Amino acid sequence: MKCMVKAFGITREIAGAKEVVVELPEGSTVSDFKTELFSQFPRLSALTSLFIAVNQAYAEDHQVLKPEDEIALIPPVAGG
Amino acid sequence: MNKLTPEELTRYSRHLVLKDFGKENQEKLKKSRVLMVGAGGLGCPALLYLVAAGIGKIGIIDFDDVQESNLQRQVLFNTHDVGENKALAAKKHLAKLNPFVTIFPYAEKLTSKNALKLFADYEIVLDGSDNFPTRYLVNDACVLTGKALIYGSILQYEGQLSVLNVRSTDGSHSQNYRDLFPESPQPHEVPNCEQAGVLGVLPGTVGSLMANEAIKLITGIGDPLINKLLIFDSLTLQTLTVSIPNRNSRANIKELIDYDDFCGLNDQKDKSLSMKEITVQELKSLLDTNADFQLIDVREVHEFEQANIGGEHIPMAEVPHQIERIETTKQVVMHCRSGGRSGNIIQWLEKNHGFNNLYNLKGGILAWAKEIDSSLDVS
Repeated sequence: MKCMVKAFGITREIAGAKEVVVELPEGSTVSDFKTELFSQFPRLSALTSLFIAVNQAYAEDHQVLKPEDEIALIPPVAGG
Repeated sequence: MNKLTPEELTRYSRHLVLKDFGKENQEKLKKSRVLMVGAGGLGCPALLYLVAAGIGKIGIIDFDDVQESNLQRQVLFNTHDVGENKALAAKKHLAKLNPFVTIFPYAEKLTSKNALKLFADYEIVLDGSDNFPTRYLVNDACVLTGKALIYGSILQYEGQLSVLNVRSTDGSHSQNYRDLFPESPQPHEVPNCEQAGVLGVLPGTVGSLMANEAIKLITGIGDPLINKLLIFDSLTLQTLTVSIPNRNSRANIKELIDYDDFCGLNDQKDKSLSMKEITVQELKSLLDTNADFQLIDVREVHEFEQANIGGEHIPMAEVPHQIERIETTKQVVMHCRSGGRSGNIIQWLEKNHGFNNLYNLKGGILAWAKEIDSSLDVS
């Protein structure tokens, strides 16, 4: 299945686009998604603090993803 | 003493006629005490609206002075304020806007030593600071003193907003910043506005929303952004709201700590002691003698285009993808604007790729412009 991922802040810069597609086998979990995402964009795995949301809620690692899920990568921002 | 005077009734008349707002809520505003941390991009618009709305007592803490590069977005200040402390300059302008508001400026840095005492005098804290150590300090101090925290932050074209640590009727508190981001990013991971820029109007939007949420919390109207994070994208005008999980982070906040240490800045200081440096004079003599070395400029494209000293251009974020461009067998001098970014990337290269031939240009291109070539436009 193809998962659409919205990238915000520094993750947008690392991914090089506002939205990226991550291809996953059916039945994949958030943990599988992270593995695939980080292999596609190794610099994302170096972020110590990254909030991954699925359908506007914090994504637990064991959560199973569906193709229509909305995934968002939200890094911290400190500017003021 | 919280009764409105005839002058105030006139001044706030648009609130008083507003359905579901009225005199009672205006009096709540008059009775309230709000502390603004940082009178910068977010603080300026938030303060303007809070003072205009008639908050009774407003504290402003900021140790920084107004700089020319602030004026593109920090709309409380003007050209004449450059060099003046921000908290004091803010008070000067805001006092003219509304004489019915008492304003307390604190021209000092918020620290683990003064935060709890300062926060005790206020009901709501707005965080418009510009760095991670202060963000965690403000959060923890709000948790320890039981104050509601209105969090806003910005970078480039995006802003974040949330209403944190709000006490509910059963005495429990809503999620705080550590439920959202338990770990602080390390120093090189996320750039700041000086490095990555910020659209001037963005803090205007996010700072105004912070004032909006403060007024809602004080009066009880509407639904404040509790247990939610809003992300605002100024390029598309789209917002995304996500819920913040309860990670029970309060249990770990027992006292204020060393936040530079928590955010990895002390490690950086330790490491930078061992990092090799070169002065602008030493660099000049390398260039004058045609020495065999490599000079790399890690600033952003717009900075490089404005002025450069002939280094090879690899923007900091590109360095990890272009490692092969960095010489391994001769001296390499790396520079940025003032030495911070190039120092960070040198540490990263030493740690992750085993380089031992990298030298950080002390003071960056700013020092070069100051001491070697004053015709360079690095403003």
